[in-house]
Amino acid sequence: MNIFVCLKQVPDTETKIKLNGDNSGIDTAGIKWIVSPYDELAVEEALRLREKNPGSTVTVMSAGPVRVVEAIRTALAMGADNGVHVEVPETADTFLTAKALAAAIKKEGNLDILFTGKEAIDDGASQVSQLIAEHLGLPCVTVVLNAEYGAGSVKVKREIEGGAFESIELPMPCLIAAQKGLNEPRYASLPNIMKAKKKEVKSVKLADLGVAETEQKIRFKNFQLPPPKQAGKKIPGDPATQAKELARLLHEEAKVV
Amino acid sequence: MAKVFIIAEHRDGKLKKSTFELLSASAAAGNETHAVILGDSVAEAAKELGAYGASKVHTIQDPALKFYTSESYVAALAPFLKAQSPDVVLAAHSPTGRDFMPRLAVRLDTGLASDCTSLTFAGNGITVKRPVYAGKAMVEVEFLGAGPKMATVRPNSLGAPKMDAAKTAEIVSASASLGNLKTKVTDIAKSNSGRPDVTEAPIVVSGGRSLKSAENFKIIEELADSIGAAVGASRAAVDAGYRPHRDQVGQTGKVVSPALYIACGISGAIQHLAGMRSSKVIVAINNDAEAPIFQVADYGIVGDLFQVVPLLKQELVKLKEH
Repeated sequence: MNIFVCLKQVPDTETKIKLNGDNSGIDTAGIKWIVSPYDELAVEEALRLREKNPGSTVTVMSAGPVRVVEAIRTALAMGADNGVHVEVPETADTFLTAKALAAAIKKEGNLDILFTGKEAIDDGASQVSQLIAEHLGLPCVTVVLNAEYGAGSVKVKREIEGGAFESIELPMPCLIAAQKGLNEPRYASLPNIMKAKKKEVKSVKLADLGVAETEQKIRFKNFQLPPPKQAGKKIPGDPATQAKELARLLHEEAKVV
Repeated sequence: MAKVFIIAEHRDGKLKKSTFELLSASAAAGNETHAVILGDSVAEAAKELGAYGASKVHTIQDPALKFYTSESYVAALAPFLKAQSPDVVLAAHSPTGRDFMPRLAVRLDTGLASDCTSLTFAGNGITVKRPVYAGKAMVEVEFLGAGPKMATVRPNSLGAPKMDAAKTAEIVSASASLGNLKTKVTDIAKSNSGRPDVTEAPIVVSGGRSLKSAENFKIIEELADSIGAAVGASRAAVDAGYRPHRDQVGQTGKVVSPALYIACGISGAIQHLAGMRSSKVIVAINNDAEAPIFQVADYGIVGDLFQVVPLLKQELVKLKEH
């Protein structure tokens, strides 16, 4: 099987976000970059599927500036076979990113299944998976908690609102976007980390893919930090007094109960 | 004035509040507000949309639309919307809206802003703002192309919808040719908790690691149930196995924006604050007076949650009885 994974490199969740000088983006100095957690699930699922289907290959792709090669190497260290870095500018939107990734996948050859994370934890858009699926004409299910792979088809469990689940069947080739719970991603072993450093990561430019930088559809501007919140009232007294006063404030002052 | 199309969302004919929020916001801005509702039998639900501000409701009915799939929705909506030439297309940033809107945007060859928390209508366009890095920063989204401006909007972020039972909408049916669909929904397993979804609920009561066990979450559940709230949890509580991941609030869980968020025994790690700081009113109950959660809380109680939470429930029940 030809198994593909698209992943994104994002700032670690503990990152304190600072803006750049003209508020056109964030200050990336000193940021610790990680593979977006849902994308790690995608890598793991790809590796497990390969293990069940000997002779399969797992190709990992990421779009972004040159730093994202590090994220591809993380996936190679987990056990992926091939890495492809699709060079897009730091400011690329979801549409340009998806178009470039879809074109790069097409260039690599036939795909049986593509795994992604259900969203990246930086912009949290949950767009790119579906956009790639649309460009490649693939059926796609997002927020997948469980998947059973049959001959040419997949049965998945998708999380919807209120703790409910949908059971969905779809044929391969297809795209599956992972939700936490799909699997437990493995840690890379030290020998695999060393091996991954030596693996070649192919680099592809937008021009090689016939995609123009101007194919952006949206742009983020006027970045702002959220207004600092005024620390509110601390309610004094014994627990019974505190509970009573809080209930009163929520009812009379905040009017939310 | 913009020509705005809002994709209504429902489960088994029961409309979502997020749909009413979108209709109400669009109508209040004086737009030509259309609703589109898809399903196998939506005639009854369609009648409710006028009261919230739709001037025209388009129903697209087909047996294949009984269960939502992105494939069937996009197959039905893309040709319909192309023919209607909207200025703006909106849906909730819900498990449904966030799933199909990107594919629809490609078909309409236009841009989509996801998870917006502010919409401003001006002329035939919109200005949208959204949180990024799970609320650690805000951005304005600029649409670069000439196509319709598309956005998914976070539930609970546009204010309470206004309802006027005297208002009705013209209801028209549109046809759909869905073609050969590949994805098939075989079953929907509903939750049996009866509680609202954590991203949709007007009130969320969350617990952290200080709850010390899954069983102890009972006091959180009882408080939540007494006020019709959803139950949330911090990453620490989920990692400890006290709650399922679907309840997790934070950067690697759900981002919520309720009218009231009650954090019990949650210290307020940066990744948790990111997921709930846009809540309108925040209450923190924690025994550590120095916990960062108090810096974002409107009302704080330094105390033992095992004492305070059951007492708070009693007080809120008393309020309701009066």
